[in-house]
Amino acid sequence: MIVAELKPINEIRNMIDRYSSILVVGCDSCVAECAAGGQRETMLLAAALKLSYGRENKGPRITEAWLDRQCVDDFIDRIADQVPEHEAILSLGCGAGVQALARVYTDKPIIPALNTLFIGETQMRGVWQENCLGCGQCKLGYFGAVCPVTRCSKKLMNGPCGGSKGGQCEVNSEIQCGWDMIIRRLEGLGELDRLSEYVPPVDWSTSHSGGPRRVVREDQKP
Amino acid sequence: MKTESRLEKVLRAGHFAVTAECGPPKGSDVSVLETKSAHLRGYVDAVNVTDNQTAIVRMSSVAACAILKGLGVEPVLQMVTRDRNRIALQSDLFGAYALGIRNVLCLTGDHQTFGNQKQAVGVFDLDSTQLIRTVRDMRDNGKIIGGEDIQGAPKMFIGAAENPFADPVTWRVVRLSKKIDAGVDFIQTQCIFNVDRFSEFMHQARDMGLTQKVSILAGITPIKSVGMARYMATKVAGMDIPDEVIARVAGVPKDKQADEGIRIAVETIQKVREIKGVAGIHLMAIEWEHRVPEILEAAGLEKRPEV
Repeated sequence: MIVAELKPINEIRNMIDRYSSILVVGCDSCVAECAAGGQRETMLLAAALKLSYGRENKGPRITEAWLDRQCVDDFIDRIADQVPEHEAILSLGCGAGVQALARVYTDKPIIPALNTLFIGETQMRGVWQENCLGCGQCKLGYFGAVCPVTRCSKKLMNGPCGGSKGGQCEVNSEIQCGWDMIIRRLEGLGELDRLSEYVPPVDWSTSHSGGPRRVVREDQKP
Repeated sequence: MKTESRLEKVLRAGHFAVTAECGPPKGSDVSVLETKSAHLRGYVDAVNVTDNQTAIVRMSSVAACAILKGLGVEPVLQMVTRDRNRIALQSDLFGAYALGIRNVLCLTGDHQTFGNQKQAVGVFDLDSTQLIRTVRDMRDNGKIIGGEDIQGAPKMFIGAAENPFADPVTWRVVRLSKKIDAGVDFIQTQCIFNVDRFSEFMHQARDMGLTQKVSILAGITPIKSVGMARYMATKVAGMDIPDEVIARVAGVPKDKQADEGIRIAVETIQKVREIKGVAGIHLMAIEWEHRVPEILEAAGLEKRPEV
């Protein structure tokens, strides 16, 4: 899923202060799972904004709404009735949701309330871990299902750097060394031999380095 | 001989090689290189020129290497993959060779968060092993990545670093073996303070027949003060300084600590010379180039062979 975090309220205020009516729109998918932009967080943010404006005796009209998914037209259409009544939309979707709203509601300013961070997993309540960079050529099968491109701070493909110590990355002790994880896991699986081969330079053309990516499938089109 | 490198000649002839290190200035002041090279010239076989080490912006290693060469010192061009993609790395290899540089040390580099440009993008298009293979394919096959022919192949003597003290321990020799397969000719190790662990690393390397395939230069760093020792032990990535070494430096008065550090370095040189498979030393006297001659004299290594 996509993991995101709420922006500081001052930064949001700087972007929305010019509007007299704001539709605050949450997204009940990924960003609900990471407790950043779901129904609950949307209500909390709307309440916080009302309080913040109230203290200054300012009163933009703030309305809450949420969509099951902000990145799919079929769901985006469900706020079509509310959009014309507001001057701007404050989105608690990820970057994809914000831009999808902008594509559909062409005459409305869409303001992001979140910082979109990464593709990751919920490791436990309150802990989300980045583990995929979307490089477009998944090689997890060779690395014990631990991604060297994402979990190694230097994207090393041929083994750990000299800064790996006690299973920690040289960048900081909060980061687990990805290569330490790869080696331990393959050791446990009896597949360490997978690491003896030289891994040639990665083809980054399938990653974002090839420009913004797009998948078109004729068999899926209406 | 694969190359015109003086370092290669020294090692091939079976001499115990000595290399040193020179950090370029944080600016364009050539006099810094003139001063440092004056301390090193004639005392060492080659001098590594660091490439924005610890991610601090400095004069480019290609430029500093060319200047050092003009000053009569054989340079080893350090190249990290942190700051340049494969286009820039290969282009700089062409340029470096055209400027007379004959040795290259392939590194990944310290992460950019260590330096003074913490907000920089980390490139890491290639890793150090892939850079080794790239330089080898240029030299031996006359081709760049992707297989296109080149006009005038750079023929570099290829080095890499290895850290016998990093984790996972079982992996260190496997990694060395991968670098050898990729095409490395010589290895400079991380600074050795824990001689026992280095000796164990060399034992494993010998058992795998690796010392037959690559020249290993043992990394030596003289400690200037107990503060530096403690800083390196706790803050520098991949460093192993046993408590007794720190205690030994701490045990002498402050104004005598530098001399004690040099004594430890000389003793370490003598110990690693006894280890089978060690082909030389790489002396990293960080911002202490002027003390390199006395360290080498004390170790009996100040006379460099004619090759």
